[in-house]
Amino acid sequence: MKNARHLAAKKNRRCIVPRNKPRRFYGQGVPGVDLTKLAGKLIVVEGADGSGRSTQIARLVEWLEGSGHATVQVGLKRSTLVSEELDQAQQGNILSRTTLSLFYATDFADQLENIILPGLRAGFMVLADRYIYTLMVRDMVRGIDLAWLKNLYGIALVPDAVFYLNVPPEELVLRNFSKNHSLDFWESGMDLGLSRDMFDSFLQYQARVALKFKELQGTYGFTMVDGRQSPEEINGELRRRIESVLEA
Amino acid sequence: MKTFAELGFPGRLIAVEGLDGSGKSTQIYLLKRWLELQGLKVFFSEWNSSTLVKNATSKGKKRELLSPTTFSLIHATDFADRYERQLVPLLRAGYIVLCDRYIFTAFARDTVRGCPAEWVRGIYNFAALPDLVFFFKASLETSLQRILDGRPQLKYFEAGMDLRLSTDPYESFRIFQGRILEQYLAMSADFKFLVMDANQPIEAQQNIVRDLVAAKVDLAKFALNKTVQS
Repeated sequence: MKNARHLAAKKNRRCIVPRNKPRRFYGQGVPGVDLTKLAGKLIVVEGADGSGRSTQIARLVEWLEGSGHATVQVGLKRSTLVSEELDQAQQGNILSRTTLSLFYATDFADQLENIILPGLRAGFMVLADRYIYTLMVRDMVRGIDLAWLKNLYGIALVPDAVFYLNVPPEELVLRNFSKNHSLDFWESGMDLGLSRDMFDSFLQYQARVALKFKELQGTYGFTMVDGRQSPEEINGELRRRIESVLEA
Repeated sequence: MKTFAELGFPGRLIAVEGLDGSGKSTQIYLLKRWLELQGLKVFFSEWNSSTLVKNATSKGKKRELLSPTTFSLIHATDFADRYERQLVPLLRAGYIVLCDRYIFTAFARDTVRGCPAEWVRGIYNFAALPDLVFFFKASLETSLQRILDGRPQLKYFEAGMDLRLSTDPYESFRIFQGRILEQYLAMSADFKFLVMDANQPIEAQQNIVRDLVAAKVDLAKFALNKTVQS
């Protein structure tokens, strides 16, 4: 496998230079950004824990760098500004829903302004391990108004590609067990009080999340990818789609 | 957006807004004393943010990490925390809640920093409107004089230094406060501000405040010995 990739890299010595396409924000965006100066591409991989996001992103990074593209990665709860505090907040489950929602939005905005936009300006391929959609869906499941969320995340830049790795809850449970030996409090939606039985809550919660993702797909048009395929098959599909973004 | 009364809350929220140095804190303190001495259920919302949000905010400020967008969002987070954990429960419990500044401070400040006004208002629309908002309108010079007379150490964001209006913190503060005043005046009608002439003597202003509160809030309902029916 590795050899085959090296061969491919040798064969295609010429790197594709992506062209600058017109960009927009979902809403009013953040102040002071020149949208014509964002040369790089923003690629988002969405999906539940255990859907294979990090595996796919690691492979994409290797492939993109092999093809001569510089990459940078972002993900939820990784901002300099609030990531530590968000972690603590989750440990204790002490913030109410609007507060937690805005705290996550702060984390997103900090990374948007300090990593995503500068990365794109410098011509990098920015790979986002989840984006605003997960944040919106989590809040929607907790009863937060969609119009309010759309306004809030009007600061977000429209990505060049968004992939949603779709894995049914029954399969996710098994993957979470084999990865962590237990289910996560938040990924099981235990704060919602759907069931005191964690297994049952996980299934119900993930089913609700998947439903909300489908609801958002209409507006945001992400590419649904069948996450039950083998990692190679999935990666092949992602690459084909990213190639067409790069060549467009 | 609706007021707490319109939403059927038993409590009432009274907010004061205005520039630093407009005398609003003095007025709300005197209002609080008056209500307390009548034996009413009154709560002055002095805000102690939860440690988590406070840590993040002070880190952002100390290290000057905040952009207009993150400045706005982290303050909205802090407000939401206060709103959900303190204000709503108090208003459910039937208190007269007094707030030194409410969402209008954020509207003015964030808009001056360049955030779109509709975006900021949209974010805060989870919060109900106060039942009364007093806006203390002092001339810019009067407010500035009261604040700057002591030659205080102006903090970076407080002086609006992030806006690069001037390299001198005092000059920056002047320009920044002037713009905030413009924003307040522009939203005054939209949010039915009760505009107070903050150049009047303290007692004269307090008379007006007390008259307006007595006229708009059925104070007898808030007697301490009464319990709320839910």
